[in-house]
Amino acid sequence: MLAFIARKLFSGAFLLLVISSLAYFLVFFSVDGVAYRLLGDAATEADVIAKNAELGLDRPFLDRYLDWLTHAVSGDFGFSWFTNEAIMDAMANRLPVTITLVAIAITISAILAVILGMTAAIRGGWLDRLVQFLAITGFAVPGFVIAVVAVTIFAINLMLLPATGWIPIEEDFGLWMASLILPVFSLVIATVASSAQQIRSAIKNVMEKDWVKTLRSRGIPEREILFRHVLRSAAPAGLTVLSFQFVGMLGGTVIIESIFALPGIGAYAVSATVQGDTPVVMGVVVFTVIVVIVVNLLVDLFNGWLNPKVRVK
Amino acid sequence: MGTSPVTAAIQHAKPIVRQSLIKRLIKNPIGLASIIYLILVALTAIFAPFISPFDPTLTDPIAIMTPPDGVHLLGTDSAGRDVLSRLFFGTQTTLISAFVVVIVAILVGVPAGLIAGYYGGKFDGISSWLANAIMALPAMIVLLAVRTAIGPSILLLMAVFGLIIAPGFYRLTRTAVMGVRNELYVDAARVSGLSDIRIIAKHIFTVVRAPIIIQSAMISGIAISIQSGLEFLGLGDTTLISWGVMINDGFKNIFLTPMLVVWPSVIIALTIGSFALLGNALRDALEDSQKIESSVKAKKPAKLRVATTQLTEAERGHLLSVSHLSVGYPQGDGSLKKVVSDVSFHVDRGEVLGIVGESGSGKSQTAFSILGLLPSNAVIASGHIVFDGNELVSANEGAISQKAMAQFRGKRIAYIPQEPMSNLDPAFTIGYQLIRPMTQVLGISAKQAKAKAIEILDLVGIVNPERVMKAYPHEISGGMAQRVLIAGSISCEPDLLIADEPTTALDVTVQAEVLDLLRDLQKRLGMGMVLVTHNFGVVADLADRVVVMQYGNVVESGNVRDVLRQPKDKYTQVLLGSMLEGKKPMTMLTGNAKD
Repeated sequence: MLAFIARKLFSGAFLLLVISSLAYFLVFFSVDGVAYRLLGDAATEADVIAKNAELGLDRPFLDRYLDWLTHAVSGDFGFSWFTNEAIMDAMANRLPVTITLVAIAITISAILAVILGMTAAIRGGWLDRLVQFLAITGFAVPGFVIAVVAVTIFAINLMLLPATGWIPIEEDFGLWMASLILPVFSLVIATVASSAQQIRSAIKNVMEKDWVKTLRSRGIPEREILFRHVLRSAAPAGLTVLSFQFVGMLGGTVIIESIFALPGIGAYAVSATVQGDTPVVMGVVVFTVIVVIVVNLLVDLFNGWLNPKVRVK
Repeated sequence: MGTSPVTAAIQHAKPIVRQSLIKRLIKNPIGLASIIYLILVALTAIFAPFISPFDPTLTDPIAIMTPPDGVHLLGTDSAGRDVLSRLFFGTQTTLISAFVVVIVAILVGVPAGLIAGYYGGKFDGISSWLANAIMALPAMIVLLAVRTAIGPSILLLMAVFGLIIAPGFYRLTRTAVMGVRNELYVDAARVSGLSDIRIIAKHIFTVVRAPIIIQSAMISGIAISIQSGLEFLGLGDTTLISWGVMINDGFKNIFLTPMLVVWPSVIIALTIGSFALLGNALRDALEDSQKIESSVKAKKPAKLRVATTQLTEAERGHLLSVSHLSVGYPQGDGSLKKVVSDVSFHVDRGEVLGIVGESGSGKSQTAFSILGLLPSNAVIASGHIVFDGNELVSANEGAISQKAMAQFRGKRIAYIPQEPMSNLDPAFTIGYQLIRPMTQVLGISAKQAKAKAIEILDLVGIVNPERVMKAYPHEISGGMAQRVLIAGSISCEPDLLIADEPTTALDVTVQAEVLDLLRDLQKRLGMGMVLVTHNFGVVADLADRVVVMQYGNVVESGNVRDVLRQPKDKYTQVLLGSMLEGKKPMTMLTGNAKD
């Protein structure tokens, strides 16, 4: 088990290095227009040279990359070109918002998806068809359209919930909840049906195994076969589905946070992209990748723990 | 997202005739509707300049956000531009974006998948790692990084999204190719000297063609979702007319005219939905038609029902009596494909009945009907099964009542499966899987059950029962697993044992030991036993009486000694002859000189 964890940790670190390096090459390779963008078109040649020197953009690319990498390893991701805020500080403020949003949404989505998927797999019939219908609807309506519609109905027409904004939990718990309802709703609706459908096929897959038949022949009650044996064997596949949904939601928060004006890293990334604030975009990429890798690591560990072949060693 | 119908389709994808696929697709009302809608969208994109009532970029400072009227059928937006015209022109951006994504993804994903699947090796290792890494990233974040680097060109962004989503095609192609790489016709092509490229182009590409089309439909939908999302965020090309930009404009003015959001939203949902439904309809058209319809029709095979017969004295007298049993599976055209027809036999206490036949003879289906473990779409078309005076299964119920079975299964009727390793739950210890049925069925404590499990494991010849009890199924050998399964089957002292090819999956030396064990246990416990096998040798060794089955029918039955000495039926003679000559029955019967 220890060797298993070590291997997973190593491959996660390697993936982080590869992806962040690729991202760095992508966003920082060409920095020709940066100074103009920051200074405006009226800038003189001398201004541009001075600005480039200030940002360190006049140095060779490889130097800049190695410099960035060594700083990044020690937790220093530089400063925003527009606000001069340290990116690490911005992340410390914004990442919790995004994580809270996604964690609540994935939990609700997972519970609903498991219930729906399981019932569809076992009962079949109209419920099965309903789940499939919902899966297609959820696929057809993009998350941002759901969000826009939800805002229109619940915030603007019915005035039940705040349309935008974020109230920190320590300020007012009730308002914090209220400010989360619509964003979470939008994320859940977009993912729950397709997870349910995939969990359904994972369970159906296990139900066809030979040993399920043997357990039945032994007189074990159907309910117990289902909850103790089938669910347990379907869990790894179900978790993998959910980890994919988690990644999808992280992407979804980019739009959802922008619509609901939530101060998370998604909205941050959008405004930085529009402005051309490259260091911020780079920081968001790195932190997103870290979150994804940590979640995948947790899923792998849990699956490893579930699997006796790994656990016993 | 949306890959599951595609992976399901791989299994069903065989080189298909295009004509029939389109025909079947059009027969499906949903498929037809989505095709018609998408054709309309495509026509709108092509003819947008001609059918649009206004220039979509023409602003009118006087008529800002006007409600729908005779001039502006859907009203005007915040700059006074005609909404309907902008919707029409938006189809161009949308379809071109979807097209770019699909083309890039196919051009990258399919060749990579073909090479990885066909050759394997290092390329497979590296490309699969890369595919997993790409799929683990949120596409939206990657697109934001790319947008920072390349600027607001929506088509370039869509091309990059094509790269991001290419792993979908890669995996699909790779799986499909790996499945057929070693098929006979591919081998034959190789032997006949065709170059690898020709083989891939000719034989393997036909296999992945259909799944690729389905996946393309799905990915078009995802592409439209992403494209409109980027446009909505204002990250796309602001000079382009697109549905996403329209929603953005409407959302800014949502307090004044919510309808500005509604039109493009509905159109987006309809278009993505049509692509998704088209993908599903394509998959359905490819799948075996019987499979789809059987799930709907299997429930009530009304015309197949027959009147109940009173149980006869003979039926009550035997431990197990199967009379006129027919089992079938409903087909797409409403008919019933019978796998067991009019089969009758009985088993008495302390007696071993062998059921012999080749694969496909219906012998296992017969055994499973006794246990009530037939697949859920199976139908008992006629006959009934009586166990110790109780009617277990009858044609009147059509399907088997699991409730009725539950009071006998495990308690009085037990089962020994064929494949030992796949019949133990890999997540639980051997001990748990032996103890739990005893606490359930016999109502004894876990401690008592444990003692009894050790005793029985010892009885079936397992040397170190305590250690085996703590082991997981993957830690023991196949022969040991089969002994464990036999131990499990006799643990609750059943009256009847159903053994389905109990030795087939074992090594020859282990086979003999297990047969000895079965004979010994059956004698000692005085159980009745139904022994399903393709091997006359096993029957000769264990059984008192034998039933020979072919194509779902009983062709001969009687005492083992009589049948072995003087087989009346021609088929039995062939089956016996093949055994004596040490050849596989299949070879003799089908007359193929394949082996």
